[in-house]
Amino acid sequence: MLNIKTIPISAWIGLIITALFLFAAIFAPWVAPYSVGETVGDVWEPSSAKYWLGTDNLGRDLLSRMIYGARITIFIAAMATALSFILGSVLGFAAAVIGGWFDQLMSRFVDLIMAIPTLIFALVVLSVLPANVVTLILVMGLLDATRVYRLARAVAVDINVMDFVEAAKLRGEGRMWVIFREILPNALTPLIAELGLRFIFAVLFLSALSFLGLGVQPPDADWGGMVKENKEGIVFGIPAALIPAAAIAVLAISVNLVADWILNRTTSLKGGRG
Amino acid sequence: MSTPVLKLVAQRIAMGVLLLLAVSVLIFIGTQILPGDVAQSILGQSATPQALENLRRDMGLNDPAYIRYFRWLGGVLTGNLGTALSSGQDIATSLKDRLWNTLFLASAAAVVSVPLAIGLGLLAVRYRNGPVDKIISGLGLASTSLPEFFTGYLLIYFVAVQLQWFPSVSTVYEGMPFGERLSAIALPVTVLTLVVLAHMMRMTRAAILNVMQSAYIETAELKGLTPFQIITRHAFPNAIAPIVNVVMLNLAFLIVGVVVVEVIFVYPGMGQYLVDHVAKRDVPVVQACGLVFAAVYISLNIVADIVAIVSNPRLRHPK
Repeated sequence: MLNIKTIPISAWIGLIITALFLFAAIFAPWVAPYSVGETVGDVWEPSSAKYWLGTDNLGRDLLSRMIYGARITIFIAAMATALSFILGSVLGFAAAVIGGWFDQLMSRFVDLIMAIPTLIFALVVLSVLPANVVTLILVMGLLDATRVYRLARAVAVDINVMDFVEAAKLRGEGRMWVIFREILPNALTPLIAELGLRFIFAVLFLSALSFLGLGVQPPDADWGGMVKENKEGIVFGIPAALIPAAAIAVLAISVNLVADWILNRTTSLKGGRG
Repeated sequence: MSTPVLKLVAQRIAMGVLLLLAVSVLIFIGTQILPGDVAQSILGQSATPQALENLRRDMGLNDPAYIRYFRWLGGVLTGNLGTALSSGQDIATSLKDRLWNTLFLASAAAVVSVPLAIGLGLLAVRYRNGPVDKIISGLGLASTSLPEFFTGYLLIYFVAVQLQWFPSVSTVYEGMPFGERLSAIALPVTVLTLVVLAHMMRMTRAAILNVMQSAYIETAELKGLTPFQIITRHAFPNAIAPIVNVVMLNLAFLIVGVVVVEVIFVYPGMGQYLVDHVAKRDVPVVQACGLVFAAVYISLNIVADIVAIVSNPRLRHPK
């Protein structure tokens, strides 16, 4: 089904870079030359054979912190995306299958949340919640679930009226069966195509929060937090803050390339819809 | 303007007001999730229960949540946003200048980005599937993936520090000459423009391409008009409604994108004010800022809908 020769160059680039980032994230303790909090040199040393990317605002090895940062960034973004998908798709399917007041209630509530800009609402909630990783994942996941909900509901409403779903209902299957055995397998393709885009959104959102000082708290740092740590150097002509910022951009672009390819593949399977 | 249009517009505005009320409830609930309260955060962890109790009574925190909500809402409606916990200053006074600064920055970005996006969109349609179109859509992909602080610090590093064309910190103050003010916000405006440009451009291109498939475009082609004339005279006017909609949505997005950009350039606007006070856990300020941001966002969305209604000729001429 998947022929390696048919994968376009752009998707290859995306896949390889994404895989590299994932490798660095998973094997961080073995890959990183120094530990994450260890002060190894002077403040903001330029890149050298010893410190490939130079050192940061406290004299820590920037490359090691980038590798550990990849771990935190990708972990939180992936968890938030997973949460938003599980919650959003289950509720979206349920709204489509159950319909009636449940659908109305859920859909109006989602409309209400989406009437407030996501970043603003996250800031409002984070002003009272404790600053830790669990809070971040929950807030990001719940807010993003609204978008998955809309997509999942739209897809499920279409599938729900198909003959095989009718047949299952007439057979006397319960709602759980209809949602998980009839609708879910058929709605998986459009949802997976959306997965990459939501992951990028989560990475950018987390980076923005950490950059604003409201995401991952020191001494740990994700890439957004590292931009914040090193931003004072910019005006002195020290480009340390640009490195984590560029890493975020590269990760986002590569996942985007992969997602584009999956999107094209799935739409061409359906005869060029969209 | 005829009655059905007026009726639709009135309905839309009423919906917007209701939505804003619901949003104010949501923001209020959002800041009440945790058991800790304002008294605790003023006095700190070491406060005696008696002192806490006194302060709670003075501030009316012992009342049920819905009474506190209506008291807050009543204050907001009469322009009294309360005082900041961290500084004791009146929120409405601090907010006014900052709101003005933020709106100035966002409108400057809109003035640059909207004509640019529409122009580039037209260009992409004119030379579609050619190199210009490819470059434009490639830039579109890149700009949706770049975080604001990447473009922001890149500009600061090269344009402000290396070339020294513009200041790296966008300080503005009251009574600043207009020219200087523009030079101070040049870099943040560039970043904001890059943030919204791609989406607006792509949607303009899609909207016009959609119109280009209609029969009257073919007629125009057969009449022998040049592609440029067809696009500007026939396709563009009919694509205005969707384009205006996209423009409005992106302006709403600008208002939010401004938060991060203001922090990058240390610009004294509302975004910076909000972020500072989230870190200080200053709930009254956060509530006020959240509500103002949401109000601007919702109003822009309403304006988008109204423009779509008004520009739809089918609604202007009732049967």
